[in-house]
Amino acid sequence: MPILETKGLEKRFGGIIATNHVSMTVETGARHALIGPNGAGKTTLINLLTGVLRPTAGTIILEGRDITALAPHQRVRRGMARTFQINQLFLDLTPLETIGLAVSERLGLGGDWWRFVGARNEVTREIAETVERFRLGDVMHKRTATLPYGKQRLLEIALAFACRPQLLLLDEPAAGVPEAERHELLATITTLPADVTVLLIEHDMDLVFSFADRISVLVNGGLFVEGSPEEVARDVRVKAVYLGEELDA
Amino acid sequence: MTPVAGEISSYLGRRARWSPLEIAFWIFAFATIWLFPGKHLILTETAILALFALSLDLILGYAGIISLGQAAFFGLAGYFSGLVAKYGLINDPALALIASGMVAAVLGFVTSFLVLRGSDLTRLMVTLGVALMLGEIANRFSNITGGADGLQGVNIAPIFGLFRFDLFGHTGYIYSLVVLFICFLIARRIVYSPFGLSLRALKGNSLRAAAIGMPVNRRLVAIYTVSAGMAGMAGALLTQTTAFCSLDVLSLERSADLLLVLIIGGTGYLYGGLIGAVIYKFLQDWIASLTPQYWQFWIGFVLVVIVLTGRERVEGWTAAVRAWIAGLGARFIARPARLRASSERH
Repeated sequence: MPILETKGLEKRFGGIIATNHVSMTVETGARHALIGPNGAGKTTLINLLTGVLRPTAGTIILEGRDITALAPHQRVRRGMARTFQINQLFLDLTPLETIGLAVSERLGLGGDWWRFVGARNEVTREIAETVERFRLGDVMHKRTATLPYGKQRLLEIALAFACRPQLLLLDEPAAGVPEAERHELLATITTLPADVTVLLIEHDMDLVFSFADRISVLVNGGLFVEGSPEEVARDVRVKAVYLGEELDA
Repeated sequence: MTPVAGEISSYLGRRARWSPLEIAFWIFAFATIWLFPGKHLILTETAILALFALSLDLILGYAGIISLGQAAFFGLAGYFSGLVAKYGLINDPALALIASGMVAAVLGFVTSFLVLRGSDLTRLMVTLGVALMLGEIANRFSNITGGADGLQGVNIAPIFGLFRFDLFGHTGYIYSLVVLFICFLIARRIVYSPFGLSLRALKGNSLRAAAIGMPVNRRLVAIYTVSAGMAGMAGALLTQTTAFCSLDVLSLERSADLLLVLIIGGTGYLYGGLIGAVIYKFLQDWIASLTPQYWQFWIGFVLVVIVLTGRERVEGWTAAVRAWIAGLGARFIARPARLRASSERH
């Protein structure tokens, strides 16, 4: 059964069609990559999937249930979490508090106003697991704003991971990470548990082809090609679309 | 439990614990009952202003909702408590106080939906608008509120039938201080809870807060309602301790002064409103004794100086003093207060 399915998804901004009748499926447990040249509508599609934007037409189905009308936070509770292309972190909080928030929300304790944060063992246990998995232990008491960019990028993923999603959307996780800190980040992404389905939006072709078992190519808001990495790599039309970009880059 | 989990657990527990400085603050606050018996009237005003400022700090300092209309809740509850006393509907002041807070909280809940969306400027205007409307309603229905003359004939019964309000304000002060302390305890519980942490998070980044599953709007409605309730209790306290209520409880100046108090004391650490209220009241009292007619000039002057030197600098200054005192406390009392103070603000 596919974990995520879209049917005829469409988004128009005035006369511009940002997402053009996208019908795609993401299989449970897949390492699915979404690629496409700049302006192809990748971010718009992610915003539609996560509920930041409402589609003009079409439906989104998560684990067999229509989630098109749900608010962003409700989709998280249904098991879909995301990271952001540009870090969206709580700069005044520490990584410990940040992850603690996500854990509390997932356990339904976010509205608890009487106990102090961390009064429950299941919360601290989960915080500890996440902190260790993402190697944030040495910085967990520092203000997020003061962390090096690579660590912030890790926290970005850790925060989505702490929501314990069945489907994790990674929006260009490697964007802007300096070469020296890149290795740690890639290692973390490749060792994500197998039962978490990952939809990766990425520009870095090395990462895409080493990580994904399925690739969708988005061009001008529409689904252009979909297939295994080998199929996509061989596809003449994809090469044509990407050739200009690759040469520019 | 793994060592990391244990460390996290003890760290979080330590953070929510009372620091020696906090304990000293409250011991001193209650000691003023015996230390300054002649100053109880102005101390009552200060305690009420502190509670009012605490209510604003909850929404401004923690949830990032700026408001120029806290007087709406203050004034509504002020009139409500006056009217129930005047017509003998709720005789016990403590019960009437709670009822007044609830009435204000209901208004807060209803109007909270107006401040959910929009920028700081819209929020300023909306909250200001609500307070202005209420002020005009109170003016229009002068047969009930007493209009410009104020609400006359308010008789406040003894608290629990035991403690009569006296002319020197002794009962009033102890009563106000106890209410302030109880509300502070509640506020403190809130800000150290997961709910309080979620407020700080959505203040910083509501987009991400929603992306980790947080119902952002519901949280804002909740804290706005609580804040309105506390502002209402402050208003009710003023009516009960003075046995009087007039239109100025709903005035724009009351809301604006409140912002000033919180800016003096600093936002987002709960004591800002309390310290700000003490400084503001005693500054006002002192300047008024020097130049009775022109004290507002000097208050305005102080405001301009504070804003020009920068709120951050004032906050940095108070943070430095707090860190220093916490350090002193740590030296005398074997508790890791220094660790706390340094990890609070890097």
